[in-house]
Amino acid sequence: MKKLLFALATSAAVLGFTAAASAQDKAKICFVYVGSKTDGGWTQAHDIGRQELEKALGDKIETQFLENVPEGPDAERAIERLARSGCGVIFTTSFGFMDATIKIAEKFPDVKFEHATGYKSAPNVATYNSRFYEGRYIQGQIAAKISQKGEAGYIASFPIPEVVMGINSFLIGARSVNPEFKIKVVWANTWFDPGKEADAAKALIDQGVDVITQHTDTTAPMQVAAERGIKAFGQASDMIKAGPETQLTAIVDTWGSYYIKRTQAFLDGKWETTSSWDGLKDGILTMAPYTNMPDDVKKMAEETEAKIKSGELKPFTGPLKKQDGSEWLAAGASADDGTLLGMNFYVEGVDDKLPQ
Amino acid sequence: MRIELEKRPKVSVLFSIFSPFIALILTLIAGAIMFAMLGKDPGYALYSFFIEPLMEVWSLHELAIKAGPLILIAVGLSVCYRSNNWNIGAEGQFIMGAIAGSIIPVVFYEWQSPLVLPLMLVMGMLGGALFAGIPAFLKAHMNTNEILTSLMLVYVAQLFLDWLVRGPWRNPGGMNFPETRTFGAEAILPEMLASGRAHWGFAFAIIAAILVWLMMRFTLKGFEITVLGQSERAGRFAGFSSRKMIWFSMLLSGALAGLAGISEVSGAIQQLRPVISPGYGFTAIIVAFLGRLNPLGIVASGLVLALTYLGGEAAQLSLGVSDKVTRVFQGLLLFFVLSCDTLLHFKIRMVWADLNDTVKDTH
Repeated sequence: MKKLLFALATSAAVLGFTAAASAQDKAKICFVYVGSKTDGGWTQAHDIGRQELEKALGDKIETQFLENVPEGPDAERAIERLARSGCGVIFTTSFGFMDATIKIAEKFPDVKFEHATGYKSAPNVATYNSRFYEGRYIQGQIAAKISQKGEAGYIASFPIPEVVMGINSFLIGARSVNPEFKIKVVWANTWFDPGKEADAAKALIDQGVDVITQHTDTTAPMQVAAERGIKAFGQASDMIKAGPETQLTAIVDTWGSYYIKRTQAFLDGKWETTSSWDGLKDGILTMAPYTNMPDDVKKMAEETEAKIKSGELKPFTGPLKKQDGSEWLAAGASADDGTLLGMNFYVEGVDDKLPQ
Repeated sequence: MRIELEKRPKVSVLFSIFSPFIALILTLIAGAIMFAMLGKDPGYALYSFFIEPLMEVWSLHELAIKAGPLILIAVGLSVCYRSNNWNIGAEGQFIMGAIAGSIIPVVFYEWQSPLVLPLMLVMGMLGGALFAGIPAFLKAHMNTNEILTSLMLVYVAQLFLDWLVRGPWRNPGGMNFPETRTFGAEAILPEMLASGRAHWGFAFAIIAAILVWLMMRFTLKGFEITVLGQSERAGRFAGFSSRKMIWFSMLLSGALAGLAGISEVSGAIQQLRPVISPGYGFTAIIVAFLGRLNPLGIVASGLVLALTYLGGEAAQLSLGVSDKVTRVFQGLLLFFVLSCDTLLHFKIRMVWADLNDTVKDTH
């Protein structure tokens, strides 16, 4: 037993020393994931971004990550552990990590924090987000062209502004093609639960929709759509493998460019707190190849994408009415970012009551 | 050669002390083999899993935060299980305790007084106890299976919390995000020491463990619990009421789970969210059995289980192994503890003689 303890102690000392030595040479860039890095959706997209960062700056930095970190006190501990282990920049990649990030950031003023999709910042906490709704507008247009029934199913996670914004944008896009288009919404109340997401997809298809889209993270809805022979859109990662005959396109989160940009700023000593909300034109999201659709629909989608990139088309542009029929945006007026980020109402035509 | 299990005439005292340690050592050995197969240095891996988290003060605080609710809930469950009442719904009672205790800081947030915190704690215990009272009532008066009812009520509690934080209790200044307003300063369970985050919830857990241990050991109530648990008939002859015991054990474990809930919310989260527990109520069942349903054993097993969570995180960072390793260790530990308990009741005997030879000899 004594020998074993001695062996433990020495091997620990040796390895501890080598770890410390390599840490001094390279800056450590760290990530906190809410899901598994192979979830096929949200977290995987962040992990691909991390790998791109390693590829681009691997000679100057090394990366570390913690996966499946639950939101709440566990997140605080995970973030603190990373801060203490000598991370220079810590990316916390879920909305639910917001308060934990702010709390730990107060304790470690020398560490830089980057929180995804939140709204609280600090001198050493920057926020970053992506204009996912731009992609959803394109999806809405495609759905309106593809659907025979004029109705799409929408599997939503939580009624937060981010998700409501997506639903509205999808419908505005669809109605720009077919003014009578409708969507049905099912709240799965989860980001990541293959069983619930599949149930939601089945319920929607049973109600007669013939195209579905999702704001949840697994490929389960795509698989259900494939089984039932209808079309669907992927979310966060390219889900073409889950539905080679099914996926029309997917909103692919491409965080890599942002991670490289911010890490470079950190290495140059030029890191400052920012609140970044980039879109299609900046490459923080891209559309997966337009597949399983006629050429004219594909052409329309590509044109819309180009118009959004050039700034010629803004999805939230009037005339638009709220769900209750009241005026929201006059013709030609565009919604400002503040309204979008706090969005808690539907636009006209959504066949659902927003959970209040 | 074959191995035979031979029943002992009575439970081995020696093994009742040592079997958890044997189990721990076997877990470490199996873990070392697993790390070696993953291509990691087993010595360093075990060090970073089990020792490193204990080397720093902040990390010890985190251990206390994680162990506190586990111990508090498991102590209550031990009384239930000893008395043969199978409360599986501690997770729900945890949540209802948290909700009941949060009424003051969320609904009456303008009321500021030193009374706020004690009242919250009492209401948390009441909330948990009342919620456990539902399966207790159903079992005592309608003979319903409490395993099913208490388990199903977990989902009721989870969805009720979900509805509250999205609906009536949503933070008006929170951009429509599903969370309540953050608690005021007087509604926050303070930290025990200045050196870290650990709050008084851990102290509650230790106090509860000692009190329940004293009760089980030295009071008539403790005797009643044991007797009714082992034989309801014998208990009836002694004049004990199994119906009253259902109420007592369920309400007690509900109250402790509720106290754990409000302590967690007030001390660690400081607001209500759709999800406030990473499954403490269910993990506590493992903790209760690892601690052999003995409150002091539960303190130890709660700390060990909390350590596997912290160790899993540390191992992810220092070794780059998947976080699933935590689950594997928890499974190994439970497996070995349960199998080592065989040693309490059985002797292991190696039978060296060849079976065929013996058969021939008799001819």
